[in-house]
Amino acid sequence: MTVNKQNYFVYLPWRGIVFPVILILIWQLIYLAKIANPVFLPSVFAVIEQGHRLIDNGQLWEGLKASLYRDLVGLSIAIFLGVSIGIALGVSRLAGKVFLPTFNTIKQVSPFALIPLLSFWFGLHEPAKIAFIVVSSVFPIMINTYEGVRGIAFDYVEVGRVYKMTTFQLLRKIILPAATPSIFRGLHLGVFFSWLGTVGAEYFFTAGAGLGNIIVDGRNSSRMDLVLFGVFVIGITGYLLNIGLSYAEKRLLHWQIQKQ
Amino acid sequence: MTQQGTLNFSQVNKQFNSNNGNLKVLQDINLEIKSGEFISVVGSSGCGKSTLLRLIIGLDAEYEGAIELDGNIISGTDLNRGIVFQEHRLLPWLNVAQNIAIALQNAQLSQEEKHKTVQEHIDLVGLQGFEKSYPHQISGGMSQRVAIARGLVNRPRVLLLDEPFGALDALTRTRLQNELQNIWEKEGITMILVTHDVEEAVFLGNRVVVMEPRPGRIKSVLDVDLPFPRDRTSYDFLKIKKEVLKEFGGHLAAEISHAEAPVWSTGEYKLSW
Repeated sequence: MTVNKQNYFVYLPWRGIVFPVILILIWQLIYLAKIANPVFLPSVFAVIEQGHRLIDNGQLWEGLKASLYRDLVGLSIAIFLGVSIGIALGVSRLAGKVFLPTFNTIKQVSPFALIPLLSFWFGLHEPAKIAFIVVSSVFPIMINTYEGVRGIAFDYVEVGRVYKMTTFQLLRKIILPAATPSIFRGLHLGVFFSWLGTVGAEYFFTAGAGLGNIIVDGRNSSRMDLVLFGVFVIGITGYLLNIGLSYAEKRLLHWQIQKQ
Repeated sequence: MTQQGTLNFSQVNKQFNSNNGNLKVLQDINLEIKSGEFISVVGSSGCGKSTLLRLIIGLDAEYEGAIELDGNIISGTDLNRGIVFQEHRLLPWLNVAQNIAIALQNAQLSQEEKHKTVQEHIDLVGLQGFEKSYPHQISGGMSQRVAIARGLVNRPRVLLLDEPFGALDALTRTRLQNELQNIWEKEGITMILVTHDVEEAVFLGNRVVVMEPRPGRIKSVLDVDLPFPRDRTSYDFLKIKKEVLKEFGGHLAAEISHAEAPVWSTGEYKLSW
């Protein structure tokens, strides 16, 4: 396959890294040119140095571990609730009509607005944070699961009926597999919002360790280098979580026609 | 061997009730189908032929009259009645072997027997080597062959085919028609094929049931008294085809007679003008 010299760049595998590298260079140049107050925009190396320090004294690992633990517990609960309720509403027309309007309304309420309620019910420690994460991520999972079940081509269900499948068999062998692409769309959103919710929870329920806490501490002591380093770690972790999900998705949904 | 796969329609009527009034879809359908027969049902759109198949397979149970399989009134779906739809309807997340096997989900067979019969039917439709392929990896013609295997794997008494080759290109269609005829001759299962292709109907059927729409009813039933395997280019074949076309209105038949050229069949010369 011959490729134009001009187009060659587009095909390089690491082309996605170019933009962030350029941004970092510009950042460092701004610092060196003393355009901004160094308290507000520290040098790239200061941030890296902070990072080193946190890794050495174990704080980064503590924070990362704590945040990931919260995230995965909250996400698991959200997946369990979201998928099971989504399937139930999708399969039973009546249940859908009765419960969906309520869920559609509740999901409009920002999780942040629920913080006073959550802190009252769950306290100020781990349970509250996990509740916050669940609230943040359960609805996209539920709605997408529901739509996946509803949207199944009726054709496939008829095939099941022709072969005398029981309702349970239909669910396991036809409805669930057919709804999986939609469910994964919901899971992507769930992973995204649960990570957002994790950091948010750490901002509002500040007791305990976590990446969000690192940032809050940095902010409180005006250490922007700490803050920026924390932000990077959060960003990269979120990105990796999503990649992990995409990998699992590719394996499970290998039968899907790739629309590229 | 007891006669299996006989179908009897007595005064079958069906109408759809809606706010805009009642639409009579099938009217006074009376038909007797013998064991092992191949019945082609031809008709233009809206003549109720697909609806009729859905009644036989049991996906639709609201109608008047009686449909009997070997003397028993049919109710609901059953493994002794199989169907091949126009869209292959293979489950995309299962491979070829698994798609055929899913039909045996509720069959009273041991795992070994199931495995054996799945392989037999893969061989029957000529897909050896593709057992582990997925629907998105095989062509339309191959997918429809899997659908046929799936329809036959339960050894039903009657197999219904709802315009099974409609979505395929002409070359594949012709090839699959030949293959279906071979399978039918080999297995001896009663088959009912619905199509709007007159040539397909005459090629495959012992009898051709012509239906007309609004309301859907049987116009006539023509015998196709030709030996198997059929020869599409023989004079007799074209003669019957022309007879069937005549049922659809004069102008179609007139076109055919204009296009008729001298026909040469292999081995002997027959001049027709």
